[in-house]
This record gives sequence, structure tokens and C-alpha cells, in this order.
Amino acid sequence: MTKTDGAPKPRRNIELLLLLLALSVGIGANALVGVDQEKAFDSDFWFQSSLLAVAALLFHVVLRLRAKYADPVILPLVVALNGLGLAMIHRLDGPDSETGNDQLRWTLVAMAVAVAVIWFLKDHRILRRFTYISLAVSALLLLLPLIPGISAGEILGARVWIRLGPWTFQPGEIAKITLAIFFAGYLSSNRDLILLAGRKIGPLQFPRFKDMGPMITAWLVSIGVLIFQRDLGSSVLFFGLFIVMIYVATSRVSWVVIGVGLILGGGFVASRVFSHVGLRIDGWLNAFTPEVYDRQFGGSLQIVQGLFGMASGGLVGTGLGQGSPNTVPFANSDMIIASFGEELGLIGLFAIVLMYLLLFTRGFRAALGTRDAFGKLLACGLSFAIALQCFVVIGGVTRLIPLTGLTTPFLAAGGSSLLANWIIVGLLLMISHTARSPVDTTPLPPGTETDTRQAVPAIPGQPGSPAPPANHANPD
Amino acid sequence: MNQAIRHSWIAAVAMFALIFGAISYVQVVGAEELKANPLNSRTLLQNFCNDRGAIIVGGTPIAQSVPGSESCKFQRTYTQPELYAGITGFFSKNFGVTGLEKGMNEQMEGTSDQLFLDRVGQLFLGNQPKGASVELTLDPAIQKLAYDLIPDGQRGSIVVTNPKTGGIIAMVSKPSYDPNLVATQDEAAAEANINELNKVPGINLNQNVSGPTGALLAPGSVFKLVDTAAALSSGKYNKDSVLPNPAELSFPGIEYRLPNYAGGNCYTQDTASFAFALQQSCNTPFASIARDLGRDAIAQQADKFGFGQEMGDQLKLDYDTREFPDDLDAPGLAQSAIGQRDVRATPLQVALMTSAIANGGVQMKPNLIKTLRAPDLRIIDEPKPEVLRTSTTPEISRQITEWMTSVVSNGIARGAAVPGVQVAGKTGTAELGTDGLNNSWFTGFAPANDPQVAVTIVMQDVDITTGAQLTSPNAKKIFEAVLNK
Repeated sequence: MTKTDGAPKPRRNIELLLLLLALSVGIGANALVGVDQEKAFDSDFWFQSSLLAVAALLFHVVLRLRAKYADPVILPLVVALNGLGLAMIHRLDGPDSETGNDQLRWTLVAMAVAVAVIWFLKDHRILRRFTYISLAVSALLLLLPLIPGISAGEILGARVWIRLGPWTFQPGEIAKITLAIFFAGYLSSNRDLILLAGRKIGPLQFPRFKDMGPMITAWLVSIGVLIFQRDLGSSVLFFGLFIVMIYVATSRVSWVVIGVGLILGGGFVASRVFSHVGLRIDGWLNAFTPEVYDRQFGGSLQIVQGLFGMASGGLVGTGLGQGSPNTVPFANSDMIIASFGEELGLIGLFAIVLMYLLLFTRGFRAALGTRDAFGKLLACGLSFAIALQCFVVIGGVTRLIPLTGLTTPFLAAGGSSLLANWIIVGLLLMISHTARSPVDTTPLPPGTETDTRQAVPAIPGQPGSPAPPANHANPD
Repeated sequence: MNQAIRHSWIAAVAMFALIFGAISYVQVVGAEELKANPLNSRTLLQNFCNDRGAIIVGGTPIAQSVPGSESCKFQRTYTQPELYAGITGFFSKNFGVTGLEKGMNEQMEGTSDQLFLDRVGQLFLGNQPKGASVELTLDPAIQKLAYDLIPDGQRGSIVVTNPKTGGIIAMVSKPSYDPNLVATQDEAAAEANINELNKVPGINLNQNVSGPTGALLAPGSVFKLVDTAAALSSGKYNKDSVLPNPAELSFPGIEYRLPNYAGGNCYTQDTASFAFALQQSCNTPFASIARDLGRDAIAQQADKFGFGQEMGDQLKLDYDTREFPDDLDAPGLAQSAIGQRDVRATPLQVALMTSAIANGGVQMKPNLIKTLRAPDLRIIDEPKPEVLRTSTTPEISRQITEWMTSVVSNGIARGAAVPGVQVAGKTGTAELGTDGLNNSWFTGFAPANDPQVAVTIVMQDVDITTGAQLTSPNAKKIFEAVLNK
């Protein structure tokens, strides 16, 4: 912790400044929404705004205490996105719906869980010990929606929900994280084995069949999710996550080739065999055909109405509260990007997408900076998952690719998604903290318990993981 | 490993580049196309309560926006609603936009490019957006006269045009309806009204087109004008040709016989000149011509008269149109040549055909718009007459005109004769089945040597006598009314 020239700075004050900016964006948007609906600045508004502000500032304080070298841009970006989402959901609430308040409650819960992760986990490398437990948990989470009793049944064609008392929850969102932990742990331990053995075919070195075990597992999981849960989006997300992580672990393009081949093959077969996939693709290709548009299941009404909304927004948008995004089904969840496109226009939507771009870029930066292979893989996987999820959702809404049921991180209404993404943010903050903190303090952050001490020393000796000098890791 | 991380980041950024592209396409590049999509009711919802330009006939608004309720500032209302329903269409929140309300929507809304500067001005001055007014070519007196000439309870259409300009002077049909019932801001009432209106035979407001622009009817003998033009332009026939005129046309190996028209004097001759065949509207001479020339020659001439073709960009109304049928056996071709079987034409289509004959073979684009005026009454557009297509040569059209004149002076369209004026005309009686009911047609123009007006009348589901009373004599009244002005 000695202060020397070039030593990394915590930059928490910059974070505070950006955080205030982010809060003013979210709360300002909420105020604008209120102005239009003639209920501006009522007690609800002040209550909600202050809750969000207090939660964000508490989060900031926790970072000061526990992860003071964490990336200063991540938290403000996420708070801004979450605040915008809250404002839009509030704006879309009818007289009898309370989705806005639900979303605020879930935001607070999710932030609390993320804070707890940072506070109690202290160092992401501990997670490596849970590699196979994570696999088991992932499997359990993915199976839950299929188990009678807790399954919430088929909602909108997909079996991805469970019901616990009054709550419904989408365990697949959390499985995204546990799968990333499993892949990171497995690959960081076995990458040498995977790298060295293999057969060269042309310019590509292909892995041995038995090393393809985890890839086949991931493929089966994705296909299983697709078949049994009818969730195309999650299936693509899980598999994309795995391809990126195995590519980063091995630096071999051959894995990407095999992976993309598997996903295209699986997707093609699925589109032929499973009507719901075929309908999605038909609804994408022939969206404007009246028969497809009016079809009750897998029809394109939703996407077409979303496109109309975005088109009516044009370059500058109608202004918050001035458009009619409610004509689009699921305007506050699956289609919230179209709602933003309509009311904030191309300019506003570009700003939002840029925020995501900055967010995952900071995540990749943390992956570059951190010194352990597990952390690199985890940060890279989680960041790529955010990017891929945005691509699948926004690409689907803009009819670039078929629309699937993924949520827009931090914006869309839905507790499970908020919770999962805030946990990801907590993990990324933690990894960025280790990436940027002075190298001599890394293995023993203040308050590290004995068992951590045992696990951590093994990591610097990790083969193939370069240990860049501390200043090199400073992204600023 | 770090290199692979950078590559993954590049892949992620590449995905985002695609997203930026897709957003740009949807919100800017392709936005106009999306806004114009028929499934898109959003623009309508946004503009439903705005002040909208009026539709004006003879200085009087027939559709205008009047102050509405607190929540919806303007209400579209139609004065003389039934008289103009087929022209104006309606502007409804839940049941779409039809007629000129649809065709001139951008202009009346104020979003067309022609009004760009006005829009910028409104933006800075903070004025309410207000669209352009549309003044029509219709003559209110002729419109009213034509409308009243169709008895209540009778289905029929009348189209009156200026063959030299393509300007539409009157266009009416019955049954008509009150567009106010559908345009009302009271959504529940609008729904109840539209359901009630749709029960009336001949009204289907869920359809885009109906009446003069949309009713596809068997044209019957007026189609013989197409046969005549086809015959003359083939070079195989000339004005002195002698046509076979048997009482029945038989087909080798088939029992079916095509009979001659029973109403006139066809039975008196077993051969006929073009003049006689047209005057008495004999069937067998034209069926023989078609058999001689073949399906394609008739179809090509029908195309040239506009059957199944575009009507040009000046009409601003949705329309239907049908080509001469394909895949005909010999009796089918014979029946089609006399405008029966599957030949279909709208009243406006027949009017365009006649107008082309009147105008030396040149078909003008049908046009309803006289001027387009900005909110400050400045004229921003004034469509000029434009040629749609050449249907036939001046010589052939002059020859057909001469024969059509003899149909009125000597033949079965005598009722259309106007004292002191040469009137050219042709009737048609399309049999609808076995119950003796017909579509009764008249189409013609006057004066024959310098056509000022073309009139097309069709009365649906009438017996021969009623049909004869409601067509030619009514055409005479319209000719007189237009020419005496």
C-alpha cells in the first residue's frame, strides 16, 4: 500500500461525481415522465428518487470500504441504465399497475445482494473453489422450471419460470452466472491439457475428442434449454458465453469454428423440428405478411409494432411521456428498447447502447488487467454475456435477427434479470478492483480470512497467466 | 490470453456496430417506409385529434376538422356525408382511413414534403400544426344530380369525366353511408355504427374499395367497344367489313350455343356491318371477331384501355381493376368478348375506356384534385392534365365515335339523345344469372365532334326495362346539365 509514483489511484471521487450525474439522468427522466402525466413531484416521486439515490450512494460507500480500486465507471453506468429503466417502466404503468414500484423494490434487493457479494466474498478467486458446485447449481437452476410443484408452467410459450409463494422467478438468469463460474474454473485448470493435445487439420488445430467434453456439455445444456424450456435466447446466450470463454482460454480459433458450427447445426435442426423456433424465424423473415402478423402464436405483431414505434420516434424521439409505446405488447419488458427508441429517438437510443458498450468495455478492461486466469475468464465471459444479451435483444427488436425472449439488462421490468445483472456488476467491480489495486496487496486484502490465504497463493503460479506490472493494469 | 480477450472485445464491438446500423435503419433510413406500412396505425393515432386540412368542392368544405372535446381537440366532420362518402372516405381512429382521407393524408396532415417550410414555420412560431386543404375537380351540382338519378334502394354508380383532361366531374354510387358515423370520437358508437352499416347489402366498410372505383362488374356489351378497336387495329377488318350475324353461334363438338341479343333488331339480318352490330348490340358478330382474332388480341386491346392496369398517380383513391381473363376455351372466349363470363370492370374503368375513345385514343390520368392550398390559402400544387396511355389511334377512335353516335341516333341508346347535340354512346346489359336480372350500362360522351363530357352509368340487379329507363335517359339529363353550363 505504499504510495509511489505511478501507483494506481482509487478514483472513488470520480465515481461519486459520475454517480451524481447518473442519478440526475435517472431521476430527471422520472420527473419528465411525471410532468407529462400531471403527477410530477408527488410524494411517490420523492420517495422513489431518494431511495434510489441512497442505495446508489451506499453502494459507492461500500466500494470505498471494500473495493476502493474498483473501476469508477461501472457503477454510474449501471445506475444510469437502471434509473432510465425505472422511469420508462413508471411511465408505462397504467392507473392500476404497480410495475414501477415492483421494479424499484427489485432494484434495491438486487443492489443489496450485489453489495453483499462484494462485502462477503472479498476476492473473486474464492469462487474458483466452487467450480463443480457451480455446475451442479447451474443444472439445478435450469431444471427447476421443469419440476412440477414449483414450476410456474408455460408462460408465453417458455417454461423458464418458477413460483415461490407470491413470487415468480427466472432461475436461468442466475444460471448465467454460475455457468460462467464453472467454465472459468474448469478452463483455467484444464487449458494446458486442452491446448497441447490435438490434431492439426489444415491451418486449424482441433482438440482431442475427450477434451471437447465441456463443449459438448455446454451444447447439450443449450439444446436442452431450447427443447425443454423453449427458450431460444438463453440457449444462444449460454452457448455464446462458453465459446468466448474457451476461445479466451485457448486462443484457438478452431474452438470458435466448432462452436459456431454446432450452434448453426443445432439451430437449423431446431428450426425444422421445433415449431416454436420455426415460427420465430418465420415471424422474423415474413414479419409484414398479414397472416404472420395476425398469427396468435409466434406472430410478428409485437416486433412490427415495435418497429413502427421506433420509426415514429425518428431521430430525436417524441419526448418522454409523449409517444404511445403502450401500443406495443410487452412495452416495459421485452420491447423496452422500442419504447426508448420511440420516446428518446435515435439519439437517445444510441446513448443507451453506448452506455452498454462502455459497460462491457470496462468489464473487458478488468479482464485484461486482472492477473489470474480464472478472473480473466470470468470477467471476459460476464462482459461478453452482457454484450451478447444486448445484441440478441436489440437485434431482435430492430429485426436484425429473430426476436427471442431475453431481457434488456438493467432496463427491462423483471426481478430475476435485475438480480442476476447486479450480481454480475458486483463481480466485475470486484475483479476490476483486483486488477487495478497495487500488486503487493492483492493476495491479502485487508480482512482476508485464513482459508482465503491458502487458496490464493496458488494463483500466481498459474501456468500461462502472465502477471503484468501493476501500472500496466491501470486502465486509466 | 490477453490477445484473445481483445479479440473478444472486438467481436462484441462488431455486434454493437450491427446494432447501431439496425437502429439507424429502423429510425431514420427506413422510417418513412415503416410509417407508410398499412399495418401502422400509429401516425393516425398521433394525428387523430389534430387540425386537418379540409376537402373542398365548389368552395364548400365537404370534410373538415371542427373543435372537438377537451381530450381530443378536433373532430373530423363531413357535410353532405352520403353524397360524397365514396370520395372522402372516412378518417376513423379504430377503423382506419379510406378514400381521399387516405390518399391525401400527408397533405391534409401537413407532413408532406410540399409543406416542409410551413412545418418549420409552425415549429418556430409554436402554432398548431395544420395541413393543406384539397380542392376537388367535382362539380357539386352535377354530383348532386347524378346522386339523385340513382333511386334510393337501387344499387348503382355514375361517373362523369372530362375526357380531355381526365378531371372527374362527378362520381357517385348507392348505397352510400354517413362517414360521420365511423369517424366519431366515441369509439364504442363508431364500432356499433360500422357493424350496422356493414349489414346493408353493397356496403362493406372493412374493404378498401367499393363503388365506382371498386365494384368489379360484368361490363356486358360495352365491352364490344374493345372488340371493335381490336378488330380495326388488327388490319383484318375495316369500317366496311361485313360481319357474320347468325342467330346463334355454335362451336364444333360442343352443345353450347351463343345466342344473339334478343332485345334489338338483330334477328332481321344474318350479316351485319359494324354500325348495325353496335346499334343493335348483336352478340354473334363480336363473338366471331374474337374467335377470329384470338384471345391475345382482345386481351391486348383491353390492356390498352386500362383493364388490369394502373390508373395513374393523380387519382389518390384506392381502386380495383381486372385483366381480360386467361385460359379460355372457345365458348369462353366468345362469352368474354361480349363482356360476360369472367370479364370484370369497375364503372371508373369503363369511363376511362370511353374517355379514351372520346379523346382521340389518348387516355388521360383520372384526376380528382384541382388545387392543393396551404393553410394561408396559397396554392402549393395544381395538377396538370397528364396522359396515362395511348389506347388506340385517332383514326380508329374517330371511326368508333361515328358508330357510337349512330347507336344513340339510330340504335338502342336513343334515350340518351340530346336535341341539337351529337351524342356518342353504347349500352350494355350483362346477364347475372337465370333470374332475369342484369347489370345495365350506358357509357358515352358529348358532343361527339368535340367531347366535353363522358358519362358512364351502371345500375345493378335490374330487369331489362328498369335498366333501360335508368341508364340512357339519365345520361341525357347529365349531358344536358353539363353542356348547358
